[in-house]
Amino acid sequence: MNSTFAIEATGLRKVFGKTQALAGLDLQVGHGEILGMLGPNGAGKTTTVRVLTTLLRPDAGRAAVAGHDVLAEPGEVRRLIGLTGQYAALDECLTGRANLIMIGQLGRLSHKAARIRAAELLARFDLTGAADRGVKTYSGGMRRRLDLAASLVTRPKVLFLDEPSTGLDPRSRMVTWDAVRALAADGTTVLLTTQHLDEADQLADRIAVVDRGMVIADGTADQLKAKIGGERVVLTVAAEADLATAGRVLAKHADDLQPMTERETRTVQAPVTKAARRLPEIVRDLDAAGVLLDDLSIRHPSLDDVFLTLTGHAAEQADPSEGDQL
Amino acid sequence: MTAAAIPAIPGPAESLPNRLWWAVKDIWVLCRRSIARIAREPEQLMDVTIQPVVFVLLFSYVFGSAIHLPGGGSYHQYLISGMFGMAMAGSAPGTAVGLCADMTTGLIDRFRSLPIARSAVLAGRTVSDLITQILGILVIVATGLAIGWRAENSIGDAMLAIGLSVLFAFAMTWVGACGGMLMRNAEAAQAVGFLFFLPLTFCSNAFVPTQGMPTLLRDFANWNPMSAIAAACRTLFGGPNPAATVHAWPMQHPELAVLVWSIALIGIFAPAAVILYKRKVLR
Repeated sequence: MNSTFAIEATGLRKVFGKTQALAGLDLQVGHGEILGMLGPNGAGKTTTVRVLTTLLRPDAGRAAVAGHDVLAEPGEVRRLIGLTGQYAALDECLTGRANLIMIGQLGRLSHKAARIRAAELLARFDLTGAADRGVKTYSGGMRRRLDLAASLVTRPKVLFLDEPSTGLDPRSRMVTWDAVRALAADGTTVLLTTQHLDEADQLADRIAVVDRGMVIADGTADQLKAKIGGERVVLTVAAEADLATAGRVLAKHADDLQPMTERETRTVQAPVTKAARRLPEIVRDLDAAGVLLDDLSIRHPSLDDVFLTLTGHAAEQADPSEGDQL
Repeated sequence: MTAAAIPAIPGPAESLPNRLWWAVKDIWVLCRRSIARIAREPEQLMDVTIQPVVFVLLFSYVFGSAIHLPGGGSYHQYLISGMFGMAMAGSAPGTAVGLCADMTTGLIDRFRSLPIARSAVLAGRTVSDLITQILGILVIVATGLAIGWRAENSIGDAMLAIGLSVLFAFAMTWVGACGGMLMRNAEAAQAVGFLFFLPLTFCSNAFVPTQGMPTLLRDFANWNPMSAIAAACRTLFGGPNPAATVHAWPMQHPELAVLVWSIALIGIFAPAAVILYKRKVLR
């Protein structure tokens, strides 16, 4: 379609009972982009996916997917999207192949086209050997792979993956990640939700950090990391008594004057611009001050640090007021 | 970070016949899914294969030995039409349980994210349940023939009786679809379904004539659609039909009563089921 964004949401709100799942969420995803929605349980990720895939009506706000309004033209949206939810959406009683053929036919492929497409996807997701067995007999990883295959049957323009690697074994995760990258390379827009910072970092072109029903930060992994400062120098001293001296030395080279000291681990750390270049100088000064080191490292900020800085709580911490229901 | 107004691009509007054609195809695909499930787990068919045989034998030889019909006649001949009624009404709890189980899986989300008619998920189920009911009819006919039941009138009358039964079964599957949408899980649907199904079946002329019942119960039984389908089958298959002497309108015009009941039930429960489905899934 000729709109600028493959996914565009403005001011989405949704309340379940007393829980505000979405509190005015805005989101834009360009064509062919992989957007990672990162947030803890109950942040509103799944609710967002359900609104964008026409499964849930927002209380307020607008959203368009692949150029069609999700409320005004849900049928058009459904024709252009694929969805893999958190729970495998498959018929347990049918074979893997029968599931894919059924979905193809419901997606308006002819029986023959649906058969060909099913065989193609089964091969691609390493399921040919199990194709004619009941899904009931599949392992968790096989189920998730079949579920992902199911969402690709109709060659969607926009693909939604709700926590795609939850409960996946490493092999299935690699297959899933490769598939997502290949799809994006072919021009498919992908929105994936995750609680795993490394997954967002590895897969997504851009990350939207979601907390309490809103996007609180948005950018590439590097941009987000830049928000909380650059590299840090971390010193571990041999004797606890040297902590104060080490701190004073590091403060001379650090970006701000107050290095963080942690007594239990005997570490001092501080952000230092161009840390590698200044390291010899730091070591010389420490030596001159008679400080003996156990360890010395330069640490790049992780998305965990980003999350902690942005939300004030750790990424894996679930909001106690809300279960994982949506 | 508010975006400019989203330009709504009108999709290629589909003509009504085109939409209907796709709806029929979707229903057929979903109906085939239910049938494929049965092929993989044939024990799902017990309630239309083994159960009617057991009931026919139990009723004909246990109750049949003690029941004397007003005006005389064979209880076996009387019973089979009652079994038609019971089996057709039995499609309601079956549909309720099946749909309820479907709703608790993630599969419904998958269906809903596909461009299919909203009613197709429900209709796919009711149509496949109807097909299994037709198998049930064949089982009852075969069992009936084995114990001495005969269609004594013309083949046309017999076909009309079966046609009315199928229509009635279809109406009952929609009642069941509605029930399935109201219930939270399959176990509850099963329990509640039978709570309605058993009294409805037994407070009718399906197994015993209504003449001997207390007044209030008799009036209820005479207007019970179960009595209408049993009486209609008795009229069309031939044999004893004590209801013919009852003055209630449905007993005087049982075929018409079945038609009216079925159309009314479909007219009320099919749209209600679709509304409940939308409410349930959109939350």
